[in-house]
Amino acid sequence: MKKLIYAALGILLATGLLALGAKHFENAQSAATGDGHSGKVLNIYNWGAYIDPALITKFEKQTGIKVNYDTFDSNEAMLTKIQQGGTSYDITVPSDYTVQKMKQLGLLQKLDHRKLTTLKYYDPFIMNRAFDPHNAYSVPYFWGTLGITYNDKYVKAKDVQTWNDLWNPKFRNDIMLTDDARDVFGFALISMHKSVNTTSNADLLAAKGKLDALTPNVKAIAADEIKMYMAQDQAAIAVGYSGDASEMIAENSHLHYVIPKGGTNLWFDNLVIPKNAKHVAAAYKFINFINEPKNAAQNAEYIGYSTPNWAAKKLLPKSITDQKEFYPDDDMIKGDQVYTNLSQYKTQQYNDLYLEFKMNRH
Amino acid sequence: MKNRLFYFIPYSLWLILFVGAPIVLMLGESFLSISHHFTLANYQDFLGSGTYLQMTFNSVWYAFLITLITLIVSFPTALFLSNLKYKQFWLLLIILPTWINLLLKTYAFIGLLSKDGSINHFIELLGFAPQQLLFTEASFVLVAAYIEIPFMILPIFNSINEIDRSLINASYDLGATKWQTFRRVILPLSADGIRAGIQAVFIPSLSLFMITRLIGGNRVITLGTAIEEHFLVTQNWGLGSTIGVVLIIAMIITMALTRERKKRGRK
Repeated sequence: MKKLIYAALGILLATGLLALGAKHFENAQSAATGDGHSGKVLNIYNWGAYIDPALITKFEKQTGIKVNYDTFDSNEAMLTKIQQGGTSYDITVPSDYTVQKMKQLGLLQKLDHRKLTTLKYYDPFIMNRAFDPHNAYSVPYFWGTLGITYNDKYVKAKDVQTWNDLWNPKFRNDIMLTDDARDVFGFALISMHKSVNTTSNADLLAAKGKLDALTPNVKAIAADEIKMYMAQDQAAIAVGYSGDASEMIAENSHLHYVIPKGGTNLWFDNLVIPKNAKHVAAAYKFINFINEPKNAAQNAEYIGYSTPNWAAKKLLPKSITDQKEFYPDDDMIKGDQVYTNLSQYKTQQYNDLYLEFKMNRH
Repeated sequence: MKNRLFYFIPYSLWLILFVGAPIVLMLGESFLSISHHFTLANYQDFLGSGTYLQMTFNSVWYAFLITLITLIVSFPTALFLSNLKYKQFWLLLIILPTWINLLLKTYAFIGLLSKDGSINHFIELLGFAPQQLLFTEASFVLVAAYIEIPFMILPIFNSINEIDRSLINASYDLGATKWQTFRRVILPLSADGIRAGIQAVFIPSLSLFMITRLIGGNRVITLGTAIEEHFLVTQNWGLGSTIGVVLIIAMIITMALTRERKKRGRK
């Protein structure tokens, strides 16, 4: 019993010292960043590994605002947390159809364009999309496509040029799919020349039938782990986002990314300010900071996703911006479709069919 | 008497807040439609859908397999351990992996089972072609069984360890063979441990879901997968809760089937 009490006291003492130490360093840091704006904070809620940490430090130094940084791994998880309202974030990063949904749910603040000094740096073709007309509630952060990543050790480039190539019996048990109902149904629908936002039962059932036929070729349906599996030569082909592809390619030079001919899904991740944000001024400061061409270029180079900022693109090395699969010409993505938010009923239908597709794989 | 009630307050508060209330909330939610009206539709959807019934079957079937495998491995191990000299030390080695985070262990298995992982190197060494081990039903069952094994060994070991050695010696003295001693003395006296082990393994195995994706590549779909989807993606909390209720019922049935028999001692 005595021993237990000593052990407990020991732990309390050790954690106490650690907390004091942490506090001390924090104070030293805020003293180093200068003026006593100690009360100023900014709460950011972003995807995991989706910013260059050096930029956060730079922002803190420049403005004296302390950044609290939390991460999420899906639009849905983020939306649920914002909706519950327990924690108030000042900036979050939803994808296109989620911006639309958050807008409909009244979770977003209208952006004051006069305060956005860096608005002029955005590529015009990325702005004013259907999910948020005139960018009233959101500005783009990164963008990209849905496509096919292949390993040239096992697959020839000419064999994976369109979505329909995935159904080639040659690729038996070779393909990894990203675990998302919208994406999997998305490419199946595109391969049949239908809209990725279709609400027609016939289209959906036909897509489900076509996906069932893909089953023998599907090796696994997974999430972020796909990047690791592909980098380690575990699979020959992966269907996923261009940003993830660029990360995999950085680790394994045998990997290549293709934007399928005949169209694909175009996606945008966007910066928004939630309605219950407490530090709105700091949020605007951050949006302007991250879009300074120099900072945006640094961020894009670090993460490997495509920047929507034309001035930043000019600052990036040619070896990056010359890659047509990540900075495609206009005609390569002319027919591409952006997700729009589906009704609850249709979301359920997409997901029920998707679950059935997953179940029938044996 | 008053004193005793007083001591019970912290635990009963805990029970009410973190066990009772969530179950009541979940039960309530399972009778609500998306528009928050009372409905039985969630249960109709669940029972009327081949997909969900198949999923329920999958959950129970794989939990059964995992439990069976861990039991087959654990009982001889526990028996063996209880006869060792430094048993507490060996037991510690078995408990050790449970201190490591579940996700970390799963990632370690990805390395072991991958195309050029250790297991495939070994297979090659024996002269066979490398096999696709990841993303198969077998690898899912293997990893799940590995993770659950300590929870099966521990209760069985405890119950075997508590058996009075003189009972076993008496059995031999009275002329019983090794097998008879095992069958008539050791097995009945360790039955409680086996029941506890089955409960400790079967119940969590029913709702495994991370491993189904990481190791099984979503080739095995259990009810856990569906719950995650309904709470996050489709936001149909009613149907998600309904599946939760089904899981609780399955757990209650397991508890009832493996509960301690009262009629011990009678022949």
